[in-house]
Amino acid sequence: MTPAAPLLVVDDIRHRFGGVQALDHVSFGVNRGEIKAVIGPNGAGKTTLFNVVSGLIRPQSGTVRFNGTAISGLPPYRIAGLGLSRTFQTPSLFLNMTTLENVMVGRHVRSRAGLLAAALRLPAQRREERAIHDVSLALLEEVGLAAAARRPVGALSFGQRRMVELARALATEPELLLLDEPASGLNTRETDDLATLIGRIRDRGITVLLVEHDMSLVMDIADSIVVLHFGVPIAEGTPAVIRNDRRVVSVYLGGDFADAASA
Amino acid sequence: MRPRPLVPVLAAALAVVALQVAVTAAGREYYLTQTIMAAYYAVVALGLCLVMGYAGQISLGHAAFFSLGGYTSAVLTTADLTPLARSGWGGPLLRLHLLQARAGLYGGETIGANPWAAFGGALLLTFAVALLVGYPALRLKGHYLAMATLGFGLIVYRLLLGTNLTGAADGITGVPPWRLGFGLEISGDGAQRIANYYVAWGLVLFTILLLTHIVHSRAGRAFRALHGGETAANSMGINTAAYKLRAFVLSALLAAAAGSMLTHYSGGIGPSEASAMKSVRYVALVAAGGMANLWGVLVVSATLNFLSLRGCFGSYDDALFGALLIAIVSLAPEGPLQPLTAQGRRLWSRLAGHRVMTTPEGPAP
Ligand SMILES: Nc1ncnc2c1ncn2[C@@H]1O[C@H](COP(=O)(O)OP(=O)(O)OP(=O)(O)O)[C@@H](O)[C@H]1O
Ligand SMILES: [Mg+2]
Repeated sequence: MTPAAPLLVVDDIRHRFGGVQALDHVSFGVNRGEIKAVIGPNGAGKTTLFNVVSGLIRPQSGTVRFNGTAISGLPPYRIAGLGLSRTFQTPSLFLNMTTLENVMVGRHVRSRAGLLAAALRLPAQRREERAIHDVSLALLEEVGLAAAARRPVGALSFGQRRMVELARALATEPELLLLDEPASGLNTRETDDLATLIGRIRDRGITVLLVEHDMSLVMDIADSIVVLHFGVPIAEGTPAVIRNDRRVVSVYLGGDFADAASA
Repeated sequence: MRPRPLVPVLAAALAVVALQVAVTAAGREYYLTQTIMAAYYAVVALGLCLVMGYAGQISLGHAAFFSLGGYTSAVLTTADLTPLARSGWGGPLLRLHLLQARAGLYGGETIGANPWAAFGGALLLTFAVALLVGYPALRLKGHYLAMATLGFGLIVYRLLLGTNLTGAADGITGVPPWRLGFGLEISGDGAQRIANYYVAWGLVLFTILLLTHIVHSRAGRAFRALHGGETAANSMGINTAAYKLRAFVLSALLAAAAGSMLTHYSGGIGPSEASAMKSVRYVALVAAGGMANLWGVLVVSATLNFLSLRGCFGSYDDALFGALLIAIVSLAPEGPLQPLTAQGRRLWSRLAGHRVMTTPEGPAP
């Protein structure tokens, strides 16, 4: 495949929950190295879309291709192994573990020691454990939580938990990172830090696809945006284009983000 | 995150030695018999602790796996395999010491399986059966394992009761000693009691050492992660079905190993070892020990099983463990030791607080 081919291709996905058409002929691509945002009103199907891409939901029709491989239908753990990681709209951490251990779980796909090697603490396993520990601690440092490494993750604030989840996802060394409303529940300062962090993640070569309701954050950092409305993709383009799209303004953005031209 | 179980294991080893010395000095070595049996039961509980406490799956069939180990050893070592020994296979099997001669019941010699070979057979059979029981149940989310293992346990119990090969209601007696080498043997011989005490408790400490290593490893984090959130664990690249199965099979193997060894120690095994009440007892011990707490499970299971084997609970024996389980699930789901261990941990982190802040390697968890 050519380098210009999109990293992720979502092709004509449909998915229905009972009477709700959560996703209706959704198609778009995510290019390597870009930050792409999915926006839309509550219940538009954004989380469902993420669940389809990450393998938690098998779509009723359509395909998802990642790096040229069809991944729809694969179990989530296989998709994660291919280099696609995610966070959840409600932080979904392992409350029975410490903060550091939560991040260390993210190294699972990048390590291999089995039960026997662990039971006997073979030299290769010890080396691997040390590396897992060091990488994970460095990631916690990056999100500003190294001091909380040994605390039970349940003792952390909501905003901190979002950061732990982000560190855990980064620990898998993904090519594509899916963030479901990473700024929700964060205060202004935390949101600013998040914007900087997402920029740094992109600069490191990781492609980012995010769902977000905080429009100033989206308009600030996204290279392109796709808008969902009742499961239908109604617009796609750069922030400038989306801001001035009449339909998007009327169904979602309202007047706040519209340039004078669209009024 | 380096596990440092060596210190507590050495401390426990000292306690084991001290107990033996004290009991011998007091002239009450007969106490060791129940201590030895309690040790083997503790190995079952420790294995179940990995499945329940860490991987979050409930097995109501661990008594059946214990019996699978015990009965396989008992059947293979007591059966008269003379025809096999005389067949074409006999030569190589005898030369490899997979078969051994023993004094027959009415004089003369009969030939049965070498206890080592029987032990290997018990583990192989348990491995296969645990895969068969666990595979379908663990691919699904939810507590299907509890149902599958409950059914499995009832079937094993009924089969043992109804099969002549396993001695039906009488079980099997006359299981020969298991010679381990260095003059050690697993047997009920009074002269071997102290040696057996150390073999049994050596196994317990070895088990807890290996399990502690596992809990603090990539696989152990996978177990705990799928317990903490199966969907999130799967999304982080953990094949949750495969890891659940691994924890289950490993703990079934530990139960079978304990069953096999205790059967040689007792010289026999009966069907009551496979009863559903026995399985409930193991579950109650893990719950009472604090679920994800290997040392808690060890202490609780060794103590309660010792008292039970001494007959302290009389005819309320089974009822007591059932009531214990109900009490814990409804009153203290974290285990009755939880306030104690939390207190201990807080104290420890206060004492070691300085080190936690300044070195990347904190104290052992
Ligand atoms: N598991 C489910 N079962 C039934 N209906 C569902 C399920 N998940 C989502 N839905 C429905 O599908 C639609 C899309 O939901 P989804 O969670 O994808 O929306 P969203 O765009 O993420 O919304 P929000 O911004 O509130 O997070 C909603 O109508 C929702 O009620
Ligand atoms: Mg959502």
